[in-house]
Amino acid sequence: MDTLALLADGFAIALTPQNLFLAVMGCFLGTLMGALPGLGPANGVAILIPIAFSLGLGPVASLILLVSVYYGAMYGGRISSILLNIPGDEPAMMTCLDGYPMAQQGKAGEALSLSGVASFVGAFFATCGLVILAPQLVKVALLFGPAEYFVLFTVAFATLGGISSTNQAKSAFAAALGLGIAMIGSDSQTGSQRFTFDHIHLYDGIDFLIAIVGLFALSEVFIFLEHHRGGAVGSAKATKVGRIMPDFAMIKRCIPSMARGTGLGFFSGVLPGAGASLGSFLAYSLEKQTVDRDGKTFGKGDPRGVAAPEAGNNAASGGALVPMLALGVPGSGTTAVLLAVLLQLNITPGPLLFQKNPDVVWGLIASLFIANFILLAMNIPLVGIFTRVLMVPTRILMPIVAMISFVGIYSITGSSFDVMLMVGFGIMGWVLRKLDVSLVPVILGILLGNQMEVNLRRAMTISDGDWLILVGSPLAIILWGVAITGFVLPMLMGRRMKKRMEAARNEEEFVGD
Amino acid sequence: MSDRIFGGFGLALAIFYIWAASIIKDSFMVDVVGPRAFPYIVGTIIALCSLYFILRPDDEPEWPHMREFTEIVFAAAVMFAYCFALPELGFVISTIFATAYLTWRLGTAPLWSFVVGLGTSVGIYVVFHLILGLALAEGPLGF
Repeated sequence: MDTLALLADGFAIALTPQNLFLAVMGCFLGTLMGALPGLGPANGVAILIPIAFSLGLGPVASLILLVSVYYGAMYGGRISSILLNIPGDEPAMMTCLDGYPMAQQGKAGEALSLSGVASFVGAFFATCGLVILAPQLVKVALLFGPAEYFVLFTVAFATLGGISSTNQAKSAFAAALGLGIAMIGSDSQTGSQRFTFDHIHLYDGIDFLIAIVGLFALSEVFIFLEHHRGGAVGSAKATKVGRIMPDFAMIKRCIPSMARGTGLGFFSGVLPGAGASLGSFLAYSLEKQTVDRDGKTFGKGDPRGVAAPEAGNNAASGGALVPMLALGVPGSGTTAVLLAVLLQLNITPGPLLFQKNPDVVWGLIASLFIANFILLAMNIPLVGIFTRVLMVPTRILMPIVAMISFVGIYSITGSSFDVMLMVGFGIMGWVLRKLDVSLVPVILGILLGNQMEVNLRRAMTISDGDWLILVGSPLAIILWGVAITGFVLPMLMGRRMKKRMEAARNEEEFVGD
Repeated sequence: MSDRIFGGFGLALAIFYIWAASIIKDSFMVDVVGPRAFPYIVGTIIALCSLYFILRPDDEPEWPHMREFTEIVFAAAVMFAYCFALPELGFVISTIFATAYLTWRLGTAPLWSFVVGLGTSVGIYVVFHLILGLALAEGPLGF
């Protein structure tokens, strides 16, 4: 009951006219960004953080705006999957498999509205799950001491590569690179200058926003330049949607698929190292095995093959918020960016957040519910507007994205040195991507580096320099077990998982042609 | 081969990092582990991973050809030049040129590129500076 009272307070905060307006704007912008290939939820939120911050919005208002963008982008990712067979973001990949064939059969509108409903179901129930699960996890987290926290951060890094990672050394390298960058600046414990080489711009360390916008948004611009992909992704013919209203009989038939997808998606969102891509992949595979054992309809435009992964992907994005809010440890790239939002607002997520700033937590959760309804309303009748966006050529769009990144960083730091640093990160991001090094651990390292070190040093102070404190409690030993399993498992089965995911995709392309 | 070069670079980075960590000066405040221990751990991980890249490189990534590569180098140069130009020429003028260059390289016709640059620059100026009140770089003309 306590939870419900707190949630009601949250709604009171989220339903003020200003916050409601921000939620609508966020949902709209988010769907727009999600729909565009190359601009996923992580990029979209990253570009908008500095802007939301320099607008001087309060913590709750900024959070509402940015989580609406996050949910919106998750909804939007499916649009180009269905219409063009190009996933708008990575988790939307599985939606291509049955969504695109449906569109080819002239049922694009139905596929879009069905997936809109499935997204709503997934995200709505995942948000309910968040309300129930997060306070429980907080109770566990309150038992954590500095040593356990240090190990928990290690778990986050060890599992971040994910089950489909093929080269764990590259994930570890990326994490260490991020941690190394976080060390630059004056040491929070003793005040010693570290790695600054008496360069005044480095005394305060490198602002993580510069790194995030550079690594995510600018490196994407470089990728587009490299491939000369200047044209529009969609054409007038391909973006014709036809009948938009959902077919209720079809939706009714898909309810069990959505339920299974939601459950699986939510759990893979909560688990470290799984995330939305795996959520939608598992949802699709399970659905195929349950209802279509012989492979007769799946991959050929079965509506259940659209509903399941879409529910899974959106449920995972809600589930991913559980560890991020309750422990302060994000499990995916996008939640890492949301963590950056919180840190930028001087809010440290974790168990204390629920006690000290209940208004922030519950305002945020309430706005997730509201964002869901707004998105449902926006996505079904207005889907035509979003499909138009696919007709804007990227040769105009990408420079705008680059310039907005510059504007955001310049407006918070006011220094052209920092903007140059961002370009540097953009180039670094491009090189790392080429070498198949994931950028998410780099970001997470920069975000969590100082906290991780502080916890290590606090633990060492408690134990008076005895390193064995890191394995000194049963909880810490369990966490080490999770970290080691999470790191070793992909070495054994990463290649196979990746192959299966790629195989599913290739099969589809064959059918599509 | 790329992974080996990358590993070599990573190893050099790790050595440099550990050296830079070893010259961190102690301040008057001290704690048990001090400011150097964690950077040493990070440097060691970077070194170990780099050694792995050298010993067990992945398949060769698809590097762009010379032409695309120069494309990237020039785009980066334009962005750096943009950073230098911001305080000198102000936001609007610098952005017109930077946007025009990028959109031209992505395939817009030269004259249209200028129009796109002008539109983007003025558009961002109006929305972000005049309406939303963000601070943008001011040049000699005040915008």
